[in-house]
Amino acid sequence: MATEVLDNIAHESWNDQNVAPLIRFVNVTKKYGDFTAIDNLTLDIYEKEFYALLGPSGCGKTTLLRLLAGFEEPTSGSILIGGEDISHIPPNKRSVNMMFQSYALFPHMNVEKNIGFGLKQEGRSKEEIKQRVDEMLALVQLEEFATRKPHQLSGGQRQRVALARSLAKKPKLLLLDEPLGALDKKLRERTQFELMNLQESLGLTFMIVTHDQEEAMTVSSRIAIMDKGIVKQVDTPAVIYEAPNSRYVSDFIGDVNFIEGIVSSQDNKKVVLKTADGESLILHSETPLDIGAIIWLSIRPEKVKVSKTKPENVNNVLQGKVDDIAYSGNVSTYYVRLANGNTVKAQATNSRRLSAREITWEDDVWLYWTDTAGIALSE
Amino acid sequence: MNSHRFSWFNATSLTLGFVFLYLPILLLIIFSFNSSKLVTVWGGFSTKWYVSLFQNESFMNAAFVTLKVGLVSATIATVLGTLAALVMTRAGKFRGRTLFSGMIYSPLVMPEVITGLSLLLLFVALGWDRGFWTITLAHITFSMCFVAVVVSSRLITFDRSLEEAAKDLGCTPINAFLQVTLPIILPSVVAAWLLAFTLSIDDLVIASFTSGPGATTLPMKIYSQVRLGLNPEINALSTLMIIAVSVGVIVASILAKRAEAKQGLD
Repeated sequence: MATEVLDNIAHESWNDQNVAPLIRFVNVTKKYGDFTAIDNLTLDIYEKEFYALLGPSGCGKTTLLRLLAGFEEPTSGSILIGGEDISHIPPNKRSVNMMFQSYALFPHMNVEKNIGFGLKQEGRSKEEIKQRVDEMLALVQLEEFATRKPHQLSGGQRQRVALARSLAKKPKLLLLDEPLGALDKKLRERTQFELMNLQESLGLTFMIVTHDQEEAMTVSSRIAIMDKGIVKQVDTPAVIYEAPNSRYVSDFIGDVNFIEGIVSSQDNKKVVLKTADGESLILHSETPLDIGAIIWLSIRPEKVKVSKTKPENVNNVLQGKVDDIAYSGNVSTYYVRLANGNTVKAQATNSRRLSAREITWEDDVWLYWTDTAGIALSE
Repeated sequence: MNSHRFSWFNATSLTLGFVFLYLPILLLIIFSFNSSKLVTVWGGFSTKWYVSLFQNESFMNAAFVTLKVGLVSATIATVLGTLAALVMTRAGKFRGRTLFSGMIYSPLVMPEVITGLSLLLLFVALGWDRGFWTITLAHITFSMCFVAVVVSSRLITFDRSLEEAAKDLGCTPINAFLQVTLPIILPSVVAAWLLAFTLSIDDLVIASFTSGPGATTLPMKIYSQVRLGLNPEINALSTLMIIAVSVGVIVASILAKRAEAKQGLD
């Protein structure tokens, strides 16, 4: 499955040897005293990408963003934009703009002045500033709010002013620090699409920091999953979800079950895993594995089917008892306790009304999945 | 919901409080319009003491010196105090930070007599002629710490990302301060200036130590006059000072309110 996904995006710029990256981090380390926020990090970001940095708080994603904006300087290593080393260039001399989490709108200036602030610093003429500000106001549909002060605007409107202000100077790279964190769910979802359309139509490079994995999955072209100052994996949302390279990534993005076992045989990409209870499970691996090595079968709950009758013609079958059911409207998650005490999560779409659900608490059920649904993780 | 009611207890305590605070001042104002030369006996309404006050050259000179010292010292103290506040809230940890902040705040708790005496010793040791500039310097020294306290309390709650946004949009650090930080903290800076000005106008002890011939401030003048016996002219002068200070405070608070309403909360 992972191969098909990989093949589909083979034409993307990060896989093209002839395209030079817009931004390069080369062995960048950032330390605050004894604490290492960024640990020897190397990564490339290409033009017109919508690049997401995702990770738990304290993983270094905000530090990375601040390094790019110029508010922090790397302890060692270098950061290049378009081939030029900007590691020690102050923020006001970089063609990078940032949209702040708090929006950081200047409270003593109206919307127009806020948006035109960056252009004024460049010493542009009044007419030029006016024209560009009007363009920006039209872009974010705030024409009639030009003379309002930030405190007279709603949260969503402020967010758009902040976006317009950071775009006014046509930056090579726009940094977005949790840009939608302060909006409610409905508005956030709508704004995600607006951001994507904007990024595409303006042809700009966006880099977003977020802790909301759904947001990262929706908006970005590639996601970098970070943990403790290290990038664990950089890939498209689909690869990150379907073919995570480690248990950390797999667990961080979405929900997952892990089943530990030993590799008993491998035929091409098809691996047979033996669990401690003697069960044989079949799973998928891109890489050859050592026979006898300890690995984890990683499988998403929505790929595990649950049934009251024993399924026929399936290799991967486990029996258990329903411990708990989490009903979330569109789907239900069944927590099934196996004989060995471990719990496996299985998710089913509620295509029928709740009253017609046939599986309930303490029912004996069978869990089953296809040969390629589970993947092997050795890390 | 009783707590919002104006009970008799609240009314009484408020009245008593105000009487305690303002009765002496009210009496002073009333007696400044007394036609009798005896300060404690009412002899009918008159404004003659105001007329004679404006004809009294030594009083007018003292008033002029006080005003000049106040304006100059408050302005310089505001600049220095604001810079000190910036360092204390922005510079993070640096060697000697605790010592630095302790030294800035120490004049707050230092007895005025000691501040005055030490400054006198310093000026004598340096061989400076005492006068307008020595008083001004002394006032800068002690009012600066009040400015630092007022401004730093505003800076602590100031959203740093506003400055970062300004730099991000092309401002040098100085420009970011002038175009973004200063306009936003301006009400606090103005309040600090007014406080410094009031402290300077008010000061008797330090001015006595650091003044010289030809540079007598109003409080010094009043104090020396009072020692020679009460004088209705002093009442008139004090009334004028009260009016000046009240107008200043009211104007400043209106300005601050307006600025806040205009900007909203940041």
